[in-house]
Amino acid sequence: MKKQAEAVSVAPNGTQISKGTNILLNILFVIIAIICIYPLILVLMVSLTDEMTIITNGYSVFPKQFSLTAYQYIFENIMTVVRAYGVSILTTLVGGLLGLIIMAMYAYPLARDDFKYRSPFNVICVITMLFSGGLVPTYMVFVKVLGLKDNILALILAQLFSAFYVMIIRTFFKTNVPKSLIEAAQIDGAGEYFTFFRIVLPLAKPALATVLMFSMLNYWNDWYFPLLYITSPDKYNLQYLMYQMQTKIASLITASSAGATIDISSIPSETARMAMAIVAIGPIVLAYPFFQKYFEKGITLGATKE
Amino acid sequence: MSSKSNTKIEVAKTQTVKSSIASKKNITLISMLVPGLIVMLLNNYMPMFGLVFAFRKMDTVQKLFGSGWNGLKNFEYLFSSNAAWKITRNTIGYNVVFILIGLVLPVFMAICLNELRNKKAAKVYQSLFFIPYFLSWVVISYVVFGLLSNEYGALNRIIQMFGGEKVSWYSKPEAWPFILVVVNTWKWTGYDTIVYLSAVCGVNQELFEAASVDGATRLQQIFYITIPSLVPLAIVLVLLRLGRMFYTDMGLFYSVPRNTGVLQDVTNTIDTYVYRAFTATGNIGLSAAAGFYQAILGLVVILTFNAIVRKFDPDSAII
Repeated sequence: MKKQAEAVSVAPNGTQISKGTNILLNILFVIIAIICIYPLILVLMVSLTDEMTIITNGYSVFPKQFSLTAYQYIFENIMTVVRAYGVSILTTLVGGLLGLIIMAMYAYPLARDDFKYRSPFNVICVITMLFSGGLVPTYMVFVKVLGLKDNILALILAQLFSAFYVMIIRTFFKTNVPKSLIEAAQIDGAGEYFTFFRIVLPLAKPALATVLMFSMLNYWNDWYFPLLYITSPDKYNLQYLMYQMQTKIASLITASSAGATIDISSIPSETARMAMAIVAIGPIVLAYPFFQKYFEKGITLGATKE
Repeated sequence: MSSKSNTKIEVAKTQTVKSSIASKKNITLISMLVPGLIVMLLNNYMPMFGLVFAFRKMDTVQKLFGSGWNGLKNFEYLFSSNAAWKITRNTIGYNVVFILIGLVLPVFMAICLNELRNKKAAKVYQSLFFIPYFLSWVVISYVVFGLLSNEYGALNRIIQMFGGEKVSWYSKPEAWPFILVVVNTWKWTGYDTIVYLSAVCGVNQELFEAASVDGATRLQQIFYITIPSLVPLAIVLVLLRLGRMFYTDMGLFYSVPRNTGVLQDVTNTIDTYVYRAFTATGNIGLSAAAGFYQAILGLVVILTFNAIVRKFDPDSAII
């Protein structure tokens, strides 16, 4: 009996699927993978297609005639794109980093068992997850009270703080930063801020990186808050510029040339839109390996609670 | 703690020293909370007071504080129209479908990915599945338009290739419940799969070995070991989503259908309704009332489901 059991545990077949099933699953996954990337490839190929080919043949992954006119057109209006990129980068970096510091500073006292007022401040934070004022009151506060209409600060403030991320960071502090280390630092006379910035934060890098990635992605992909708050074209971020181009291809034309009459029909509108989408996806593709590394590590943090 | 009288005094001394240190410590720790408190005040708490707008008479933003109380008129108007029923139906309907698909499909995919014998390929698949999650709703709107556009869309091209007639998708409301579900599934399945996959990988391997020694097939192992071990995570995720049951993504319901009027019967949710009432028609009171309705329903739902879960499995409750 014992021998038999050993034989089974040595040969891993009992805990693996059969070869046939493995092949079937692989086929299934290849199909799903194609479904995941096909639309993107379509956008890329359309952006590289000749405008006339689109008009006669429609969008296709295998265009009959390639052309770079769409990118040429975007390049001609590069200032608009550069400015939009600038707004996106600014909100993403400032909002992401500032928000991370604020959230980590809020999470730290909540993770400390010896902090007397832990639970009331925890409740204050949790309530924001359960209940919200909604669109109209929030808009009123931003515009009427803070005067942030058509101000990039509105885009930053709107996504600066998330109770959910605070909970993720707090949980990580609690489980991965040894209490003894904090106590030892205090016995050595280190102040709370010193302990926090020099000892706790470096130890919490995985959680902080994950939250930073999540929130930076949210900032980068934000089109809704510009829709609410931003009115002047020079403050559009990349996503909102694209949103505008969806209906008005001329949104891309820089303010300087806007005075001149533009022959809209000369714009390669179908392909230029798709080229713009590729331009906007660019940085995400570059950041993708980093994203993936931290997301996979940290994604489970999001699902675990206290 | 050896001799009595002396140590008593010392203990008392250290206690007062300790308590003054403690109060100083608490103050320093509170100072760390201040930036977060300010942001929450601006983003969350001040708007909560703004919920009274729902009970005010307001035609324009300018007359905000000048106009008087309106009692429940805004709500009466909201519920007397057909809109309240439609947006509630759409919001709940889509979310229920999203939650179900978001549970079954990712769990299935995570288990299958974990079963693959070629681990390298599994990694590659995982990276590809993850891509849609990174795309903004505006980019996804472009992608959907590229597929469905009336004149040039890839889907119509394929239909024509097989001898069919062009379909103008953006004026065909009956197709959109399906389209929205597909688009949402496309965006989120990869992400959810990875969340579940990390839990699948965390299952104790010895359990499988023991089961295989006892003669369990791999399929039996999946049903009796893998799936049960995913239940706690699934409960937390479903609960979080149920709590958002009355909220929908503006990107999916506003940007992807390109704010098309004919489609509103099936694409209008509470969020898009609030937005349109506010910006397009400028009916602030009505918009605020709908927002209030959403906030209350959302709160009731999350507290109810949390209480139910707490009863059966206290560890999985989120509050």
